[in-house]
Amino acid sequence: MASAGHALPAKGGGFFARPTATTGFWSWFTTVDHKKIGILYGFTAFAFFIIGGLEALVIRAQLAGPDGEIVDAELYNQLFTMHGLTMVFLVVMPLSAAFFNYLIPLMIGARDVAFPRLNAFSYWVFLFGGLFMYSSFVLGGAPNGGWFGYAPVNVQAGEIGALNNMTFYAIGLLILGIASTVSAVNLAVTIINMRAPGMSFFRMPVFIWMAFVVQFLLIFALPIITVGLFLLLFDRILGTSFYASGGDPVLWQHLFWLFGHPEVYILILPAMGIVSEILPTFSRKPLFGYSVVVFSGIAIGIMGWGVWAHHMFTTGLGPVANSAFAVSTMFIAVPTGVKIFNWIATTWGGKIRLATPMLFALGFVAMFTIGGLSGVTHSVVPHDTQQTDTYYVVAHFHYVLFGGAILGLFGGVYYWWPKIFGRVLNEGLGKIHFWLMLIGFNLTFGPFHILGLQGMPRRIYRYPDGMGWNAWNMAATVGSFLIAVSVLVFMWNAVRSRTKGEIAVADPWDGRTLEWTISSPPPAHNFDEVPVVHALDDFWHRKYVEDKGGQLVRVPSGGQEEPGATDAHGTEQAAHGAEQAAHGGSGHGIHMPSPSYMPILTSFGLPMVGYGLMYGYWLSIAGAVVLLTGLYGWALEPDAE
Amino acid sequence: MATTDQTPATQIHIPEKAHPGERTYVKVALVLGVITAAEIAVSYIDVNKWVLILSLIVLSAVKFILVVQWFMHLKFDHPTLRKPFIAGMVTALTVYTIVLANLVYHSRSAS
Amino acid sequence: MADQAVAHDAGGVHATSTGIENTKLAMWTFLGSETLLFGALISTFLLYRSNVPPGIPTPHEIFDIPFTSVSSFVLLMSSLTMVLALAAIQHGDHHRTRVWLLATATLGMVFISGQVYEFTAFVREGFTVGTSPAGSAFFVLTSFHGAHVTLGILMLLSLFGLSLQGKLPRERANAVEYVGLYWHFVDIVWIVLFTLVYLIPA
Repeated sequence: MASAGHALPAKGGGFFARPTATTGFWSWFTTVDHKKIGILYGFTAFAFFIIGGLEALVIRAQLAGPDGEIVDAELYNQLFTMHGLTMVFLVVMPLSAAFFNYLIPLMIGARDVAFPRLNAFSYWVFLFGGLFMYSSFVLGGAPNGGWFGYAPVNVQAGEIGALNNMTFYAIGLLILGIASTVSAVNLAVTIINMRAPGMSFFRMPVFIWMAFVVQFLLIFALPIITVGLFLLLFDRILGTSFYASGGDPVLWQHLFWLFGHPEVYILILPAMGIVSEILPTFSRKPLFGYSVVVFSGIAIGIMGWGVWAHHMFTTGLGPVANSAFAVSTMFIAVPTGVKIFNWIATTWGGKIRLATPMLFALGFVAMFTIGGLSGVTHSVVPHDTQQTDTYYVVAHFHYVLFGGAILGLFGGVYYWWPKIFGRVLNEGLGKIHFWLMLIGFNLTFGPFHILGLQGMPRRIYRYPDGMGWNAWNMAATVGSFLIAVSVLVFMWNAVRSRTKGEIAVADPWDGRTLEWTISSPPPAHNFDEVPVVHALDDFWHRKYVEDKGGQLVRVPSGGQEEPGATDAHGTEQAAHGAEQAAHGGSGHGIHMPSPSYMPILTSFGLPMVGYGLMYGYWLSIAGAVVLLTGLYGWALEPDAE
Repeated sequence: MATTDQTPATQIHIPEKAHPGERTYVKVALVLGVITAAEIAVSYIDVNKWVLILSLIVLSAVKFILVVQWFMHLKFDHPTLRKPFIAGMVTALTVYTIVLANLVYHSRSAS
Repeated sequence: MADQAVAHDAGGVHATSTGIENTKLAMWTFLGSETLLFGALISTFLLYRSNVPPGIPTPHEIFDIPFTSVSSFVLLMSSLTMVLALAAIQHGDHHRTRVWLLATATLGMVFISGQVYEFTAFVREGFTVGTSPAGSAFFVLTSFHGAHVTLGILMLLSLFGLSLQGKLPRERANAVEYVGLYWHFVDIVWIVLFTLVYLIPA
């Protein structure tokens, strides 16, 4: 029986003794604890955020003025391609995964996810996939065909070892896709199957609902891009003719965007879920229209399958397809708009506390609305024909992805930091971060709308003087450096909080959901006793009842304050909760899954297979052997010893 | 899935329905064999192309359903199990039909 | 005080919100995603089936329908042996379990051999993966299917080996069920492929 901190004698069986440590540096490599895996995802994603941001700064430096000479065209292509790939696949998705991993079991009252080792595997595959992608910079050149990799440019093959750019793209994304698919199955099963007693679907927090929709979007969309990427890979290394030499380049676009459009909802729904948790907490009001928000999220997930060709309006789809996709795109604005109204209504009349998480959440609502509006203009086909391939599109997606997803994710970072690390981030620094970021962001991307309408094309490495674009480009560059400063402020805040941050209690924000009932940080087994849930926002109702005048009245023993007193829902739970919150829980008699080498060992096989496809098939075979051996070891190893 | 306050979800144990016997499996396999033979026979008959295509699709759909419902046991299992599979099938059929229709149109108008 | 441990899947129904085992639900979810994978490959084939340059045969001109019919039948019967293997282990009859597992794997290997033979015949006639979009689509689609079959054979042989070592008791019948679900899926993909690729006229 493995409990935190106890070193057990190593047991035999398998290739080598099972690791047992759950604390210490090396334990991070063998952990199967969803909380540690969430932290790993978070830190790694943030590191890639810095790298992707630096790429953006070079881009902005190059475009600050006309006739830029900081980078040449080839390097510029690699920079903007990797910036996009990094931000989408190595930042926003894994940062969302960090929150999913950390919070899903806590919010549904479970002790871990359905498949803890598979969870660890997903992380290591993600890390190795990202490193694989980036190794391309020193192995002949990074992917340079845009993150969307259109055919037939993506097929232009070079000799092995010389021009592998887009081969790294295909293989790298295939590896990352494995990580996400496996994680999605894991989390979907967790949400369906591991909810605490009483936690019916419609008592789950909105964040869990959004997470749930995202897992299914991943499960169904990733296979499509998987096929697209394999076909690309085969065109490049096997001489097939899927996208060129008789094949149709538009096939790539269909396969890519069939994935790509659900992908953008995968990118935004987690942040929407986060915002749906923050706004009620800092308005001291329940989310307005919980079921409507949930159904809108589901509607977005379903309708998101019907709009992909709006990325292809200029490929000659024909009038019927153009019209159909224009209409479906206009319709999908409806559930999104509904959510925005519900968020506004949540704050309306609430007792608003403008703490940093709340600022980011409100920033999300405002910036995402702007991005959504430019998106709606894209749905008008003749208008889109003018906007396509201009900076107007760049403005749109940065408003929804940065102003939306990134701001929402930072809100989540400030909100849950105390729970995860046991320290509260400094409010003053947080506010500086927020305002600098908001101003810098708008200064960077606001002008892009104008530049786009003035005709500045995307994906150009420099522009000539005399186009009338100089001033706005300079403004955007200044804005991008402001964003960088704001990120530095955040990093300083984070580092500082380790030693100087206020120690966090279990429930620093007076929250509504189950993760606030346990200590900060939580014990390895999460809950001493699995909670029994009686209502939506169950924790809130244990803490407060409403008096006849509709005013909130604190229940004396609800939550953590005073053990032993009675309340409406059952004393013992409150009492235990109090003790657990105060002392971090005992964990006696709780059987947790054991750490394991198998996830990280197995995941080594994948980059080996990948490099082998470019440098020598013997390496791929070796990688396959590593994979199979790892999988066997894994299958034969018990979950816990 | 709504659960009542009185019955925590951990207490729900759905007894698995008994699997069909070996005889039933063999019968299903025989039916599958007969349908396969029919498909092959039909493909040799000189009928209108669309009649042929339709009959082949119907026959293979019947085989598909038989394997899924009986061999894969979905007919007897918890209803939740069929949802992800059906959702995948419906999504696939819908989006790929649209893609094919558009690409065929695209290749025709190009030539 | 019910202390709910993490629901490890070591066979048997552990307490889950739906009463379904985690691994079974995971397998069906995975199969749902696989329909989209094969759907894309099938659609690509349907798009390119007649796309050949002059001088290269279309797939339909070189298919040997009787031959492929036999191997289709072989794969279909392997689903029967698979489900019989599951029935056997659920009854605790380990000898029969091994017989049927081995039979399934063998039928799978016969199928793969048939594919290999067929492919070499096509290549000899000038229809290869690199000579036309039709060839590219045909070989990639069928090879993906074949790779899935091969992985299935590996899993079946592993179960067989475990059973021989006495490590596949009746309590772990679920493992056979999960591999079975995968195997049947591979079979139904072929049911679709055989019709759409081989039987339906160009």
